[in-house]
Amino acid sequence: MKLIFDKSVNGRKGVMPPASDVQTTVHIKKEFLRNSDAGLPELSELDVVRHFTELSRRNFGVDTNFYPLGSCTMKYNPKVAERIASYPGFAHLHPLMPQLRMGGMLTQGALEVLYDMDKFLCEITAMAGFTMQPMAGAHGELTGIMIMAAYHRDKGNKKTTVLIPDSAHGTNPASAAIAGYKVVSVPSDSRGVMDLKALKQTVNSETAGIMLTCPNTLGIFEPDIKEICRVIHSVDGLCYYDGANLNAIVGKARPGDFGFDIVHLNLHKTFATPHGSGGPGAGPVGVVEKLLDFLPVSLVVKRNDGTFALEYDKPKSIGYIAPFYGNFAIILRAYVYILMLGKEGLKRVAENAVLNANYIKEKLKDHYELPYPAVCKHECVFSASKQIETGIHAIDIAKGLIDRGFHPPTVYFPSIVKESIMIEPTETESKETLDTFIQTMIELAEIAKSEPQKLKDAPITTPVGRLDETAAAKNVDIAEV
Amino acid sequence: MPFIANTPAQQKQMLKEIGLSMDGLFADIPKEFLKKNFNLPAGMSEFEVRNCLASLAGKNYIDLTCFLGGGFYDHFIPAAVYSIISRSEFYTAYTPYQPEISQGTLQAIFEYQSLICRLTEMQAANASLYDGGTALYEAMMMALRITGRNKILVDDSVNPIYRVMIQSYTKNLSIDLEETKNNEGSINRKELLNKLDDNTAAIILQNPNFFGCVDDFTDIAAAAHEKGALLIVSCYPISLGILKTPGAMGADIVTGEGQSLGLTMSFGGPYLGFMATKKDYVRKMPGRIVGRTKDNKDRTGFVLTLQAREQHIRRDKATSNICSNEALCALTALVYMSLLGKEGLKQTAQLCADKASYAWQKLTSIKGVKPRFEAKWFFNEFVLDLPTNAAETAGKLIEKGFAAGFPLSRYYEGMENSLLIAVTEKRTRQQIGMLAESLEAVL
Repeated sequence: MKLIFDKSVNGRKGVMPPASDVQTTVHIKKEFLRNSDAGLPELSELDVVRHFTELSRRNFGVDTNFYPLGSCTMKYNPKVAERIASYPGFAHLHPLMPQLRMGGMLTQGALEVLYDMDKFLCEITAMAGFTMQPMAGAHGELTGIMIMAAYHRDKGNKKTTVLIPDSAHGTNPASAAIAGYKVVSVPSDSRGVMDLKALKQTVNSETAGIMLTCPNTLGIFEPDIKEICRVIHSVDGLCYYDGANLNAIVGKARPGDFGFDIVHLNLHKTFATPHGSGGPGAGPVGVVEKLLDFLPVSLVVKRNDGTFALEYDKPKSIGYIAPFYGNFAIILRAYVYILMLGKEGLKRVAENAVLNANYIKEKLKDHYELPYPAVCKHECVFSASKQIETGIHAIDIAKGLIDRGFHPPTVYFPSIVKESIMIEPTETESKETLDTFIQTMIELAEIAKSEPQKLKDAPITTPVGRLDETAAAKNVDIAEV
Repeated sequence: MPFIANTPAQQKQMLKEIGLSMDGLFADIPKEFLKKNFNLPAGMSEFEVRNCLASLAGKNYIDLTCFLGGGFYDHFIPAAVYSIISRSEFYTAYTPYQPEISQGTLQAIFEYQSLICRLTEMQAANASLYDGGTALYEAMMMALRITGRNKILVDDSVNPIYRVMIQSYTKNLSIDLEETKNNEGSINRKELLNKLDDNTAAIILQNPNFFGCVDDFTDIAAAAHEKGALLIVSCYPISLGILKTPGAMGADIVTGEGQSLGLTMSFGGPYLGFMATKKDYVRKMPGRIVGRTKDNKDRTGFVLTLQAREQHIRRDKATSNICSNEALCALTALVYMSLLGKEGLKQTAQLCADKASYAWQKLTSIKGVKPRFEAKWFFNEFVLDLPTNAAETAGKLIEKGFAAGFPLSRYYEGMENSLLIAVTEKRTRQQIGMLAESLEAVL
């Protein structure tokens, strides 16, 4: 398909800006002006609409295909949230408005959303306060580790290391390193959970804290979670909960009750806001009471008269990690989702997410290697190790699924399972969809045995086949300028 | 229950088939942690939730005529932008890890990267970052990586919101972050050049700067390069419809807030951080990058590339912890720029400048109102000194129906009476006239 630049026709016009109603024409000094016009394409509105409509048809989305992408929680994104985010009262609100004198009174509706979300998320996670500012999960992690660092600085603790299990997502060590910590990896044991003995040997006075998901990336609930938290706390370390897998326990159990001190949530996972082809998301961070002073500014508070205001004056705060109040329009969508589900609905989310995952696990375990057979939570991890005999890898199963109308599961993560295939169906999918998927996976296991080349050639139904990623990294061609 | 597919009967059947009960599915969670009752409201129907949120939206005053800017602007957004980004094949998709079924997103990002390069006259751009502030922080970290040095110079004419963000992010790191104080609304050339030394990784500047003033940093780029330092420029993309580009000035890393490119203000986000650099620094650049390549039948296609820099491969050695971009916001900017096209962007930029100039004339002809900075070139934003406290006066103008501008005392000492006023192509001659009348009336 042609690039948009190749469709450009000199002199063709799209949307015209408003006509000028002032006589002035400023002639800014020539040395401050650009030499030639920016090379934007020249197209009609229809050209543009058709181009992007055609592009959109080259994507799989949750609305078009089942998307059992492990660790990503690709649930259905309710349309009503999109509608509400476009209400002019939210969409056209300038972020500096509350900074005008009495300006907070002009944005009471928006501040109420932020305030209520803080309270909702505190109740859901057993935290004492949230910041809505982090604009993604990874951003939340960085914020959380900055809070950890501020806590230790404040107490005069000399801490240098953050512990992270070997099954963790790569973002965890990256976030800890960027915040200035050395990362120490903790191994998993044969059950696929944290090796408590190894943890105890690793923890020392230098330990600033630990970063954990629970259930972990294998979809297994950490049985020793209480003890893990106790061990970390015994050296005045802090326990950080990566909320990537909250969908497994939302409305059922709370990380704060396990012993966690800092929590980030991915609103684009558990709370159904769209992934947007890779963002924008939102990664609010919650903390326990003793860390409240370190939260970023600003924070929304409720005054005695019931009105809402922004608080900036917090001397121990880690400061500003976003220009304003986070990805407000995403927070708003998640707020809508929580309001609609309510406490009963949230509980059903976890129950059905877990039921769907276990259903797939049981139905596929005779066809694919299941390295950790325990009851899983919201996702299950298989390995394509049985298929390797005929030269078929996890990636080939993934590409075979594409030709059969499914978005593939996550493959090659978590890396502690060889040839991993990580399936997360979510609660919004029906038994009928799961059954079709299971049937297809079984067929693929058969084809892997009988006609492996067919899978090696897949996908064949897509606009392009397997792409040469090595060449892309070698001959960097990233812009048409 | 909304959004849960399986009926209770189906759930029962599925449990039976796998030989478990619902309690059994959660038996691995210690009983003491299973919470029976959450203090949350009961669920609502769509009808109820829409009424509830419409009422909250109604409590936000969006009818004020907006002269607020400060890096975030009330620009016109064509209807087709919303139509296109509302296609759920875009907004319900994940990060394009499976390229064969993500060519829509991948090609769009490639086109976006190309347009950011064309706009800034740089050679390489990434797939976007969270916002203009985090993009500037990432640029700073990138400069530290490239040069292996430790010192950063930043002029205080750079958006103060971004400067406080950078300060927050670097608290736990041993970076020598030095600020220079602007010289009458322009960068402090003398002090910057004095402080520039062999340990300087980068100079961070903004154009137009926070006060709206326009500059040419070619001399600073040359001076920085002579010392082996980089020049980082944060810029306002609409202004690049007419203004000299950071690329032409010799900047090494360019960042900015892309909100003005078709994104609603939405009370602060989601926004769009863009970043562009020179070809030599591509592998040091953080964030997602899309590259063009061939498939197994020699057809052109697009993939996420240079992933060896990223966290899922490099873990604690990654160039950044970022593992997403603001893809839908980047798409928005791409669609906006495509709809406006070459002429449209130039005209929009010129309209902003013309209307700002008109507003400047009208407002400075009011008795007691003076331009803060003498004879400065500005783009669509300028600072006025009022005879009274700017925050108080702006407060009075709210009652007259105007968000008249941003009082600068919060961020700058000695600017209690200074108001930063932004004018976009949406503001009419009549609105500007009424602002002038109202300001005169409240003074």
